[in-house]
Amino acid sequence: MIHQFDTVIVGSGGAGLYAALEASKKSKTAVLSKLYPVRSHTGAAQGGISAALGNVEEDKAEWHAFDTVKGGDYLVDQQAAHILAEEAIQAVYDLENRGLPFNRTEDGRIDQRRFGGHTRNFGEGPVRRACYAADRTGHMILQTLYQQCIKNNVSFFDEYQVLDLIMKDNTCSGVVVVELATGELHIFAAKAVLFATGGFGRMFKITSNAYANTGDGPAVCVRRGIPLEDMEFFQFHPTGIMGLGILISEAVRGEGGILRNKNGERFMERYSPTLLDLAPRDIVSRSIMTEIRAGMGIRGDGKIDDYVYLDATHLGKETLMEKLPDITDFCKTYLGIDPADDPIPVLPTAHYAMGGIPTDVHGRVIKDADKTVVNGLYAAGECACVSVHGANRLGTNSLLDLVVFGRRAGQHIAEYIKGAEPAVVDESAADDARAWIGRITDGASGTHGGHISDEMQTTMMEKVGIYRNEKEMQTAVEEIQDLRRRYQGVRVQDTSKSFNTDLLEIIELGNLLDLSLVTAAAALKRQESRGAHSREDYKDRDDDNWLKHSLAYLKEDSVRLEYSSVDTSIWEPKPRTY
Amino acid sequence: MNIILKIQRYNPDTDTEPYVQEYTVDVEPNERLLDALMKVKRFQDGSLGFRKSCAHGVCGSDAMRINGRDGLACKTLVKEVAEKEGDTVTVEPLRHLPVQRDLIVNQDEFFKKYRSVKPFLINDEKVDRQERLQSQKERLAFDDTTNCILCGACYSACPVLDSKPNFIGPAASAQAYRFIADSRDRAKEERLQIVHTSEGVWACDTHFKCTESCPRSILITKRITETKEMIKKLKKVKT
Repeated sequence: MIHQFDTVIVGSGGAGLYAALEASKKSKTAVLSKLYPVRSHTGAAQGGISAALGNVEEDKAEWHAFDTVKGGDYLVDQQAAHILAEEAIQAVYDLENRGLPFNRTEDGRIDQRRFGGHTRNFGEGPVRRACYAADRTGHMILQTLYQQCIKNNVSFFDEYQVLDLIMKDNTCSGVVVVELATGELHIFAAKAVLFATGGFGRMFKITSNAYANTGDGPAVCVRRGIPLEDMEFFQFHPTGIMGLGILISEAVRGEGGILRNKNGERFMERYSPTLLDLAPRDIVSRSIMTEIRAGMGIRGDGKIDDYVYLDATHLGKETLMEKLPDITDFCKTYLGIDPADDPIPVLPTAHYAMGGIPTDVHGRVIKDADKTVVNGLYAAGECACVSVHGANRLGTNSLLDLVVFGRRAGQHIAEYIKGAEPAVVDESAADDARAWIGRITDGASGTHGGHISDEMQTTMMEKVGIYRNEKEMQTAVEEIQDLRRRYQGVRVQDTSKSFNTDLLEIIELGNLLDLSLVTAAAALKRQESRGAHSREDYKDRDDDNWLKHSLAYLKEDSVRLEYSSVDTSIWEPKPRTY
Repeated sequence: MNIILKIQRYNPDTDTEPYVQEYTVDVEPNERLLDALMKVKRFQDGSLGFRKSCAHGVCGSDAMRINGRDGLACKTLVKEVAEKEGDTVTVEPLRHLPVQRDLIVNQDEFFKKYRSVKPFLINDEKVDRQERLQSQKERLAFDDTTNCILCGACYSACPVLDSKPNFIGPAASAQAYRFIADSRDRAKEERLQIVHTSEGVWACDTHFKCTESCPRSILITKRITETKEMIKKLKKVKT
């Protein structure tokens, strides 16, 4: 079946919904999502959204932009970071005006708290910049945007899984999707397509990410010849619940929580004398792993699954209930402890992809080092790489990225479609997708995906994790290539058409395998340490050779890498200390 | 330990009636029930259908009936529903919504009722590059209702819906309250009128089953009762 729209948005998290609100004002817009809209992973973001409102102490957008650049270890495109920080202020007011229930100061304004890497006056000390709604800020953003979509009658197609991108002569003209309820393939022809499919943390064994975070947008793009940018940079959040990876917000440290080793020592004093526990996430995660490797974890055995304590016992029950109620609930539910009484056992957890589909500041996808724009193709949110996060994202900047660049993409689409010809697509556009589904469901006996998924996650966690080296990453590339070969033999056990979630998981696994290969290959190639990419065999940042974005192209079993320049037009790269 | 999951199955392509299928799974007491379901799906029977996403109780995908109680599979630990080796756990789809496949229910009606209460802030007063002011106390008045993840557990638990299927249900009622009680909203009267019907808040018989089932600890019954009080007050003022 072919549907004709002006604009198709794939994904209904923060970026997709904000873009939909803008695009639907001036174009016939459809939002496709593999989940129901309010199920998206934006809703799991906890701590806050930064904006230099200056409600509780002096702050400036310029400081925010600088922190973002330095936090990203100077791999950030600086004009984009400038836009992010400048537009943050109105973005937060917009959300509040539309009903978002932010916590308040005593005089009724939006309250703000500290977060990692956010500083006053270019690094002098922590600043209160994160606007928050308890520890469910992402949930409230998602709800507020969905409410606005209801108000504005945005059209949703729930539980449609994207399979392919329709491209011809550098112009995108739609997507191919499968409807979960019926198993039918649909073609959505459109003048403009926006991918807002979120992250892909499910390639790692321990992750804060939802099952749905399988990188469907980037995977579809890379298979159609679009490169993926800076894929070697994947953020490990310092504080996931031991064993489960469930996120314990940085807001716990923003409110005064302290990381401690087995001797009760506040070890961040040694790694980050100025910002202490509020250093950026890459630094805190490495510090935790260094402590653990030195036998200073709580068990003290130096093994990779040892842990440290996040101590919030001194914050008091009242602060925990008012400002961190969900965290308190998670600790009670999954650990059987009350954080007011006991320290929380934590370990870094795979959290956020800095890399993704390359875009300019209007969300337009670019396909090479010359920054050639693909007509009618857009991306925003975690699946995209603008790049405002560089080699390491600061906490709270992800929610900000969604609303600022989701909105900009939606606005640009609304203008673009006015001058674009209607997309002309026929049923043959679905041939490749049909062949893929056909193979998985051809009735042949095959392996099930479960073991391949397990092995992929273990390989990525152990060999392309926080600390990396040539030998392990080379092995990882080979192992993922082997898993991709085995994937060709995977077949469904469920042969029905209606609600075939078995088929869905196999599609998702294929996407994760492609992105794992790209990630491992891009990481292997980058011979330096920068931000979240930390190599034991190349310990230093190397601006002479590596101050550049990577662009990874996937062709069958191999990944080809090109590189493009970083915008350093505002601040000269400097050594990064906190 | 090994536990037995008794799961209600139904495939519209092949079955005329739902039936129960048993699976034996090796689990740890501290694992989530969702982990047990995933073990079945990934390693025993790929055809088992259920929704899931965040796996820690914030997205609302995996609401179902576990041992006869409505809740989230990812927020229910094995030890809460099975004590020892060989114990049985029954798993069924939510009630009051049509089953589409196994544990997957059609939520259209649930979301339609949610939409009927106009779940969005109504306030056309101009604000120029600033926030609308709201005191901490004003915000607290509706704080717990903003926790709602629209999972549908309360909708399944509500005994009123057994006999009055047109009741908008606990979640929609709580979301009506969320805006009625928001000091920034300007449509309080209109909102009270919307729920002032026999299928609105007056259908609630205060069984408290919604409140007990809510995985987000929202005091739903209390909010419905408060809404009724506000309606009474409004009517008194009018007459």
